[in-house]
Amino acid sequence: MRAGIVVFPGINRERDMAIALERAAGHAPRMIWHRETDLAGLDLVVIPGGFSFGDYLRCGAMAAQSPVMAAVRAHAARGGYVLGVCNGFQILSEAGMLPGALLRNAGLRFLSRDCHLRVERADTAFTRRYQQGEVFRAPMAHGDGNYFADDATLDRLEGEGLVAFRYATPAGQVTQAANPNGSARAIAGLYSPNLRVLGLMPHPEDLVDPLLGGEDGKPLFASLAEAFAA
Amino acid sequence: MKVTVTVMLKDGVLDPQGKAIGHALAGLGFAGIGEVRAGKIIELDLAETDPARARAAAETMARKLLANTVIERFDIAVGGA
Repeated sequence: MRAGIVVFPGINRERDMAIALERAAGHAPRMIWHRETDLAGLDLVVIPGGFSFGDYLRCGAMAAQSPVMAAVRAHAARGGYVLGVCNGFQILSEAGMLPGALLRNAGLRFLSRDCHLRVERADTAFTRRYQQGEVFRAPMAHGDGNYFADDATLDRLEGEGLVAFRYATPAGQVTQAANPNGSARAIAGLYSPNLRVLGLMPHPEDLVDPLLGGEDGKPLFASLAEAFAA
Repeated sequence: MKVTVTVMLKDGVLDPQGKAIGHALAGLGFAGIGEVRAGKIIELDLAETDPARARAAAETMARKLLANTVIERFDIAVGGA
């Protein structure tokens, strides 16, 4: 797996992401500064979490306009894979690469806690090592993760099977109490129509070692390594 | 030329910040407060001197960066030196 991680000023989760990718792939990913525009040879481009450009104006708004994002868009248009986590998901939505927007959490609080995600489909390059309906734990750390899209868009996303993960109870029940930020239809993560761009708010890269409290996030990176092993 | 862009969440998009401000005002004893919405004002000082062209430029800026039209609407006011 040839992976690269885009680094914007104010991003702070790129090293956790690099560890998760290196453990899965056996070698370190390339770090890509936001002014670079050459992504040739990469299977996967990752946009990590943090607070790019201080989250000024709107989370991800500035980063979405930076030079590297034109290259990321071209990479996706070529059929390349993209993973955006937390601020990365916000950047992908601000860049128009995934529909909808991430609003302020419904309870207004920054949420730094664990949540549970239900895997909506296990036939993608990101989830092949999970089972459909499986629930895994993931830390969340965001103030603006409340997924919003109009009803027509939500219906289309569900109809086309583009919902990647939903907030759920540990038993897999989608309830209001298990949806900490108030996301529409409990959506925690989304795919592009070709299933090669994934954005999600929680951080699977932060649960890849028992020392960190678990390995729930490991299958996502193992899935990618397996998908690109050939 | 000064151009002011006001960005507000669209009607129908939940505004928890506005809600919290409303609750706080009620807590301070202000009565009769209906819905409260919070937004942003962005002031631009443009080299352009033609009001129509200044408005058009600000509108392009608003669509591209200042507002996210998935969730926000904007108003533009042109005026001042």
